[in-house]
Amino acid sequence: MQEETVKNMILGEDDDYVVNMGPQHPSTHGVLRFEVSLYGETIRKVVPHCGYIHRGIEKMCERDTYPQIIHLTDRMDYLSAHMNNEAVCLCVEKALGVEIPERVTCIRTILDELNRIASHQLWWCAMGMDMGALTTFFYGLRDRERILDIFEESFGSRLLHSYNTPGGLMHDIHPGFRKRIVDFIRYFRKKLPEYDQLLTDNVIFRERTEGIGVLSLEDAIQYGVTGPSGRASGFSCDIRKIEPYGAYRKVSFHEVLRTEGDTLARYKVRIAEMYESMHILEQLVDQIPEGDYSAKMKAVIRVPAGEFFQRVETARGELGVYIVSDGNKTPYRIKFRTPNFSNLFVISKLAPGHKIADLVAISGSLDLVIPDIDR
Amino acid sequence: MAVNIYDFTELTRNIGSGLQRAMSPGWARATEYVIIGLAFLLFYAVTGLYIIYGERRICAFMQNRLGPNRVGPAGLFQTIADLIKLLTKELIPIRNADKLLFNVAPFIVIIASFMAIAAIPFARGLQALDFEIGIFYVIAVSSLGVVGILLAGWSSNSKYSLIGAMRSGAQIISYELSVGLSLLTIVVYSGTMQLSGIIESQANGWWIFKGHIPALVAFLVFLVASTAETNRGPFDLAEAESELTAGFHTEYSGIRFAFFFLAEYMNMFIVASIATTVFLGGWMPLHFGLNNTFNHVMDIIPPVVWYLIKTASVVFVMMWFKWTFPRLRIDQLLTLEWKYLLPINLVNIVVVAFLCLMGWHF
Amino acid sequence: MPDAGFPANPQFSEILVPKDRYYDFCRTIKTSPDLFFDYLISLTAVDWNDHFMIVCHITSTRYRHTLVVKTRLEGREELSVKSISDLWKTAEYHEREVFDLFGIRFLNHPDLRRLFLEDDYGYPLRKDFTDETRMIIK
Repeated sequence: MQEETVKNMILGEDDDYVVNMGPQHPSTHGVLRFEVSLYGETIRKVVPHCGYIHRGIEKMCERDTYPQIIHLTDRMDYLSAHMNNEAVCLCVEKALGVEIPERVTCIRTILDELNRIASHQLWWCAMGMDMGALTTFFYGLRDRERILDIFEESFGSRLLHSYNTPGGLMHDIHPGFRKRIVDFIRYFRKKLPEYDQLLTDNVIFRERTEGIGVLSLEDAIQYGVTGPSGRASGFSCDIRKIEPYGAYRKVSFHEVLRTEGDTLARYKVRIAEMYESMHILEQLVDQIPEGDYSAKMKAVIRVPAGEFFQRVETARGELGVYIVSDGNKTPYRIKFRTPNFSNLFVISKLAPGHKIADLVAISGSLDLVIPDIDR
Repeated sequence: MAVNIYDFTELTRNIGSGLQRAMSPGWARATEYVIIGLAFLLFYAVTGLYIIYGERRICAFMQNRLGPNRVGPAGLFQTIADLIKLLTKELIPIRNADKLLFNVAPFIVIIASFMAIAAIPFARGLQALDFEIGIFYVIAVSSLGVVGILLAGWSSNSKYSLIGAMRSGAQIISYELSVGLSLLTIVVYSGTMQLSGIIESQANGWWIFKGHIPALVAFLVFLVASTAETNRGPFDLAEAESELTAGFHTEYSGIRFAFFFLAEYMNMFIVASIATTVFLGGWMPLHFGLNNTFNHVMDIIPPVVWYLIKTASVVFVMMWFKWTFPRLRIDQLLTLEWKYLLPINLVNIVVVAFLCLMGWHF
Repeated sequence: MPDAGFPANPQFSEILVPKDRYYDFCRTIKTSPDLFFDYLISLTAVDWNDHFMIVCHITSTRYRHTLVVKTRLEGREELSVKSISDLWKTAEYHEREVFDLFGIRFLNHPDLRRLFLEDDYGYPLRKDFTDETRMIIK
């Protein structure tokens, strides 16, 4: 019975043409295999196979202390590394009941939003490139380099920060931090309309994204599709609004929602989110309070026995950290509810009926980062 | 007629008679053929190499970066280095591939493009094949390339290649119609299919100016259709790297891949040459009317240079397309041809025929 | 429901249901209009050496309340519980992950196969799992 179910799942009718996209493929962003069953050019069934980059992060975390776990969380969704770090730190701080200085929350939120912009820039590059507009890759990266320069100057590494630690930050920010961010915002506000000119208003791009891969609100909630992909279907799931953390209570911003749920809607939600992030940065960057960069923590962090859950809005959706502790210095069980895990499997609902070229468009618009799926 | 443009037929006749005196007629003929063949091969190879270099530089310029600038002065020897690398690569044999067709396919593509280039006029008298049915010959011969592509995809025994080849075949066959019909407008204007005749008829102005609106429409349609013919630009889904690896030439390596690659760029050059010959005057300098000082000034620049400048501009525009636009999907591509370009073309031809009857063009 | 337990949890309401009432309870909380728990955030399992605990975090998009539903599976062999994947589609994949890493079978699951690992790998997240070549124990 098991074998039959497996076969039906994978192949469909016998005279279908089964093609593999991946695991090494220029447009699945990471190692992911799509087994696509085709009828001519039309997709009948898509089965994603993941697990090529499963590193056992949850098992490794059971052996590492809490500050060491931070370095592992970076590597899950590496494009929102800071937000992953922050999720674990917030969970541990909530468990210990530690009061974090204002300065730390403000800086954490600023870096969150910078990271969100950087992540969306890379998404835009890759989306254009998958569609065939190869120049967008370079324009997006050119602007992203500015943010990465800020990161490198502040804490030494461009992508995988590990700047957060339970209790606060590793060290204080660079003195030129504020100025750099103000310069960046001024520069990027001029460049972002260029993105619209190049891709959004292009007739070919619209033809390829309008009406493709429509995700209804029902399905978004059922499949747990969060983040910009869910918000494009009208699913109001922004954790920054539902359970505000960090400095999000103090700033005002809109949650970008659309109702069409097609690829173009997901695209537009992310572009709008970049504008919103810049708005948040403008509100926060001039008001970083003075103070400590970290609360006083013991040398060895022992979380009291119990269970703790924290949700954070990463660039791709909702990251949930569930820590089960038995009082030791390492967690007893830690579970990461990653956004890309839920976002991936909705492809087998969205793609059938479209053409192969649309599969690339849909998976580009869902913005998947594969290490997040496999952990 | 433009009197003071040098006519290369003097030179070729001199060479021909020189050979006749030196050896028997049969040998003289053979030597002539060998000289022409070698000259064209050299031209083809060198132009191909430098178009590829040009594309990499132009693409880099549009993408905010430098292109190849290390190998040789300003990177000019980059493509030669790439060519040497491709020549020394291993020719990977494919299991269960149809060996004969697999080996023959790249040659068919190259031969088709080579036959087309033989008919291009570079200056007055500097043309290898000058048939009375010039345009018809060029269109017919460049259609042979599709056979090579289909063979390549089929004989590779690989799903990706087959899908790529089928798409490419459908695309090329559809767009040939638009290419042919848009060229037909100028044939109606100039009254001859002979390429040198078309150019001579532009001695008082290029057809794109003389033929005003219908010629402009035909030019734009030709530009779009020929980009699709050559699998370039927004119509390159047959080799879309982000979808199906490399389409019909996935399984080719080394020199065979080099043939496909070279043929693609030379096809672009040929198509640009046809566009310049038919719409932009070929080697004819920019004239307005006949026998005035403006024309004499324009004639100072040699015709070969005019021809190269025009072709280079059209090639630049085609490269610009590629690096700006996203790719079209196969059904959108075919819709574009059958529902938009073909009706436009047909209406255009009727309009041109009417204009010619009434004499309402320059 | 007489034999449900309410473990103390400072953060969310939590309920421990017996294994055989698990599916019905989940269906009730999903379909009931006042509770309307329509969004399953996460489904996972914890290995407590003598028993396993399935933990689901479920929330309502309408009323914004969250509930933690737990159910206890005794023993270490032959573990199985009814699947809730027909209530929340995302559970299908979370349950596959739990099957892959813990070895807990979900009955009536549409496609229960391993997600990340090979078929003969063993169940890594169990506390008694050892693998000398791949694991570094401190």
